[in-house]
Order: sequence, then C-alpha cells, then structure tokens
Amino acid sequence: MNQHDTLGERLAQQGISRRAFLKFCTAMASMMALPPGAATAIAEALIKAKRPSVIWLSFQECTGCTESLTRSHTPTLENLIFDMISLDYHHTLQAASGFGAEKSREDAMQEFFGKYLLVVDGAIPLHKDGVYSTIAGRTNLDLLQEASKGAAAIIAVGTCATFGGIPNAKPNPTGAVAVSDIIKDKPIVNISGCPPIPAVITGVLAHYLTFGALPELDDLGRPRSYYGETIHDRCYRRPFYDQGKFAKSFDDEGARNGWCLFELGCKGPTTHNSCATTKWNGKTSFPIESGHGCLGCSEPNFWDAGSFYTPLSAPTVDMTKVVAGAAVAGAGVAAALSVADRAKKRRAQQSHEKLTTKDL
Amino acid sequence: MSSPNDNLKTIPIYAQDTDEYSVGNIRSLLVEIATLLDKLAVSGETGMIDLNSLPLAPGEHEQLRHMLGQGEVTAHIEAIGPSEIIETRYPGVWWVTHYNVEGDIVADTLEITTIPEIIKSQADDINTGLELLQDQISDEVQP
Amino acid sequence: MNQQTLLEFVRGPGLQIAAVVFVLGMVYRLLQLLLLGRKKNLATPRGSALRGGLRTMWHRSIPSPGLTSRGYITVITGYVFHIGFMITLLFLSQHIELLSAVLKFEWPALPPGLITITTIVTIAAMVTLLVHRFTDPVKRLLSDYQDYLTWILTFLPLLTGFLLKQGIGLGYQQMLIVHIITLELLLIATPFTKLAHMLTTFSARWYNGAIAGYKGIKV
Repeated sequence: MNQHDTLGERLAQQGISRRAFLKFCTAMASMMALPPGAATAIAEALIKAKRPSVIWLSFQECTGCTESLTRSHTPTLENLIFDMISLDYHHTLQAASGFGAEKSREDAMQEFFGKYLLVVDGAIPLHKDGVYSTIAGRTNLDLLQEASKGAAAIIAVGTCATFGGIPNAKPNPTGAVAVSDIIKDKPIVNISGCPPIPAVITGVLAHYLTFGALPELDDLGRPRSYYGETIHDRCYRRPFYDQGKFAKSFDDEGARNGWCLFELGCKGPTTHNSCATTKWNGKTSFPIESGHGCLGCSEPNFWDAGSFYTPLSAPTVDMTKVVAGAAVAGAGVAAALSVADRAKKRRAQQSHEKLTTKDL
Repeated sequence: MSSPNDNLKTIPIYAQDTDEYSVGNIRSLLVEIATLLDKLAVSGETGMIDLNSLPLAPGEHEQLRHMLGQGEVTAHIEAIGPSEIIETRYPGVWWVTHYNVEGDIVADTLEITTIPEIIKSQADDINTGLELLQDQISDEVQP
Repeated sequence: MNQQTLLEFVRGPGLQIAAVVFVLGMVYRLLQLLLLGRKKNLATPRGSALRGGLRTMWHRSIPSPGLTSRGYITVITGYVFHIGFMITLLFLSQHIELLSAVLKFEWPALPPGLITITTIVTIAAMVTLLVHRFTDPVKRLLSDYQDYLTWILTFLPLLTGFLLKQGIGLGYQQMLIVHIITLELLLIATPFTKLAHMLTTFSARWYNGAIAGYKGIKV
C-alpha cells in the first residue's frame, strides 16, 4: 500500500465500511467543533484526500505537549488520523533511531518540499547564537529556519512554541522566543495551552487534511473554533458568578457547593480556550470543575501575570506599602511647606497684622 | 518526618450528590430540542445538537438521560467500536453515542429526525455488497 | 505590547502610580489647609470654634429647605448620584477584592443584581445632571471646562464597569483594561481638580463652621 494513496483507496483496501467511515467523520466533526451535520461534507472531502507528510520538531520544551497528544483517549480514531498523515519525523518518539531518523527527516523534506506540514513544540532560545538548545549538534534556530523553508504551513503546538511559554518567563535567561517571532513568511497556526487539549491538536490536523487549508485564526493566530470564546463564556459555574456566590478559600462552604472561583484567582474571563466544553482526559473534568481556578495557560505571558491566586480585579503588586509611603510623603511635603511658612506667620503676629478677607 | 501520604488520608472525602445538582443548563437544552422538534413536525427539517460542545455541570448528563428516557427503538452498531442509538421517549428525538474500541465516547449527539443517518445503509456499501452477492451467486451456479 | 502585558501593567505599576499620585496629592492638600499659617484672629471669641466646625460639617451635609426649593433637581440628583456611586464602588465583590488588598480588611458584599440596579440609577443621575448643567442658563454660565472634564472622568469608570459586568461591547480582557485605565485617570486627576472635593468639602464646611462658631454664630 502506497503511503500516499487517497484515504478512500486505503479504507477500501482495509475493508472499512462507509458506515464506519461516516461514524469516524461524525467524531471528527465533533472534535473540530464543527456543527454535527458537517460529517457528510467531511466524508466527501476526506475520501479524496492524499496523505500529507508531517515533520514534528521538538525544541525547548518539557514534552508535555507530545505527552498530551499520545495520552489521548480515543486511540483508535485519533490513530486513524495519524494513519491519515505520514509522520515522517518526530524527534521524541523516534529518539532511539539517531542518524537513521535524521536521514528520514532530510529525505522527507526534500521529497515533499513546499508541501509538508511542520509541527513545532517548545520555544527557541536565541542568546549566544541559540546554543542553549541543540539537537544532533545543530541549534534549534538553525533547524527551524531550515525546516520552515519547504513547509506548506507551520503548526506551533503549546504555549512555549506559540508565545514563548515558561522559558520566556522573567528573566528569560536563554532569550527564548516563539516560532512566530522567528518565521515571518509562512502561515502559522498557534495551538496554545500548557499543554493544549489533545482534541484541539488533532482537530486542527484533521481540518487541514479535510479542507487542505488552515482553519480561521484569531488575532493571536489561534484557531477561532477552539479559542474564539473564553472559559468564562462557557463555564458551567456562570450562574454562581452572576449571583455573586464566590468561594472565599479552598475547601470552604462555597467551594464545596461548587461556587464561582473568581475570588480564588480564576483567570477564566481573560483566557481563550475550550476547556469548559471539550474538557480533559476524555471529558472527565477541567480545572474549575475540579475546584481550582483557571491559570490562563493558553494566553501569552501567563507565567508573569501576577499570582495565580490573585483575583483579576485585584492589583498584582503590593499596594499597602506604596500607599502608606505616599501618605507619609504627602505629609512630609505639607509639613516642610508649613515650616517654611512659619517665619511669615511669626512676623505677621509680631507686627499685629489684621486678619483680612484676602487671607481666607 | 511524617510522609506526605499520611496527610492525604486525613482529608475527608465528600462524594458529589449529582442527582439534584443543576445549574439550569438542562432546561435551556430542552427548550432547544422542542424548537427543533417543532420544525421537524411542521416542515420535516432535521436538526442536530452536539452534546460534546455544551458545558454541562457534573451530573447533568445523567439527568438529561433520565429526562429524555427510552422510547420504543434501540439500535446497536459495530463499526470500529460500538455505537448506541436510541429513540428517546419523545419520538423524533434520537440519542446517538459513538464509542471507540476502548469504550470511550468519541461523539455524543441528539438528532431530531425521522431516522439517524448512520442507521441507513450507505450507497457505497450497498454497491460493494451487491458485487459480493453477485460473486456469491455466480460461484453457486458454477461449482 | 500585547493585551496580556498591558493588563498586567494596569494591574501592577499603573495602579501604583495612580495610587501614589492620589494619596500623596490628597494628603498634601488636606494637611496644607490645616498646617499653612494664618494670621491669628485677635478678636475675643464669643463661642467655640470646635463645636461650630463639627455642627456645620453635619448641618451642610443634609439638605436644607432654602437650598432645596430653589434647585431641587440638582440637590436630589446630586444625592442619588453620590450615594449610588458609593454603593457601586464599595459593595461589589470585585471592588472589595481590590480595596481589601490595599486596606487589609474586608467587608461583606451586596448581591450583584442590586449593584447593577444602583449602577444604572447612578448613570441616569449623571446624565440628568449633565443635561441640566447644559440647559439651565445659570449653571451653563457658571460651568467651565473642569466641570465637564470631571464629569467625563467620573462617568467613564461607571459606564465601562457596567459594560464589563454585563459583557456588552469589547471582550472581557479589553474592557477590563479600559475600566482600570479610566479608574487610574480619575485617581490621578483628583488632587489637581475639583474632584478633590472628596475631602476638601468636609474641611471647607469645618472652616465655615469654625469661623462662625468663633464669633458665636450658628451656621
């Protein structure tokens, strides 16, 4: 079986019925957050789809994004997606293969120049010519620039690759930056999140396979169908927010009743992601449902955005000392001026000047 | 120095009573179903609701199951994993759940229709089956 | 600078700058009134300055018949605005989070539905006051740029806060940034404009009372 036959041909060869395929497309539609009726359109498009080559590069990352994807809870159907793509290189999953893997990557890049999908997770350090992260003796910066030349599109997976993530947090000693800070001439899809929801990663890949194009993106380059709304917009605890029922501390009465976690620092209102609907671990739960406020992990600079436990309406810095200091300073200025003024007052008293309306 | 696990054992466990816990999402959902069912009755226009995309509070999924209930029809499909289709106690409102081979839910939809698409035999499969049957028949004739 | 870093600036250093200007400015203005030297009044006192001051501070805070009969729109809408503004500011949960972070003590909140009502009423009062300022010939004559500027500075936090809570207009993150910026503008402008009446009203009433009380007159 040729690795790059159309999907229709491969399904027929494997004896998979149209009905089974339709079920698969229904699952894909749900995963891509498309209206359920789109399954038929997806089926039509996929039947004719050819298998694109995908190269996955891992840079300055914790491997959480790859873990998230490989821990996905629908192995058979999501594997089908990976059956639908030809994963010609994945640095971490192929770690044991050394030079052979590198050759496979170079071959794929040459054969499918201009047509392969480049997936990147991890940030790219720039200080000292990028020496802080290297693979097979080459810097990440070098690898990225070379691989992106022949890429049809780049998919940046995880907050590190999309916005710089934790390596980029203050003081950023390695000069870590996002993919979009380096590559300016290729379409980039940012799938942010720390890690991103696995269904979102596969959903974007599925979209590309089905429609041959990247999904509609927001102003930060994230697919609108998953990142168009905030957690707050879809949170099931909204009724409590609207009624002013807040949990004041972890495990108090309000928390046990499942009240809103705004006062415990939940960043749901300013975070765009689909955790509230798609959820995690096969729709088991998501942070707020488990009783902890949203960290805002799919937004840029979330590590530097003040404490995770400071509410959005409260200041991120200590105000009391500053205010007290300002009060003392104000008093000091007034005192200084009044001392300077004493001389005038004494003179006036000594010369028995009368109090006039002009003075008041 | 006591191990951290000792502290874990002292935390009391409260199981969430999901029978009555509700934040009102069910009611809005029922209204939407009624609207689509009305359209089906008047003009034959079908509708679908993807339950995966809705923010349901813990326990509300089971409450919905209970509320919609079971009607006269149950269908079971085996195609890369099982799929369960039931007509709820409201005719025209079907609950379609697709599972993968591991038993995880991969799609969960309510279909407002006379018969869900997935139950019908697909044109390509019919043609493939016809070829196989014709082969079978010709094999029978020529031993 | 993207939205996230802007939000962190207004919640962090921006707020500090605004608070410093506000507190330093207001403390200075208040103490300036008290400490700056005045020529001593050499006349024999006929009454108590202290009692006179306290009496007038209270007396001029409640409406009087003479004031009300002539300008009841201003008086009534003025009261509604000030009380509504204070309730909205002090009794919304999110505001209490902010204030308690600075003052280090908390107080209970009112239901958000109630605060929505007070916000709408306060906004209506402000619009009424502006329209009246514009249409009443006497007020129009007396008003200068500062009156209109301070109106805008006070109106914006109310309006943006309302839009933020109701989810109207810009997204939550953008609206939150705008709301905090309008607050910071209000704070910075206060010591330099008529908005300082927050504190100087009471010192002015004190002085009027003290001077009159010294002479033995009840004001």
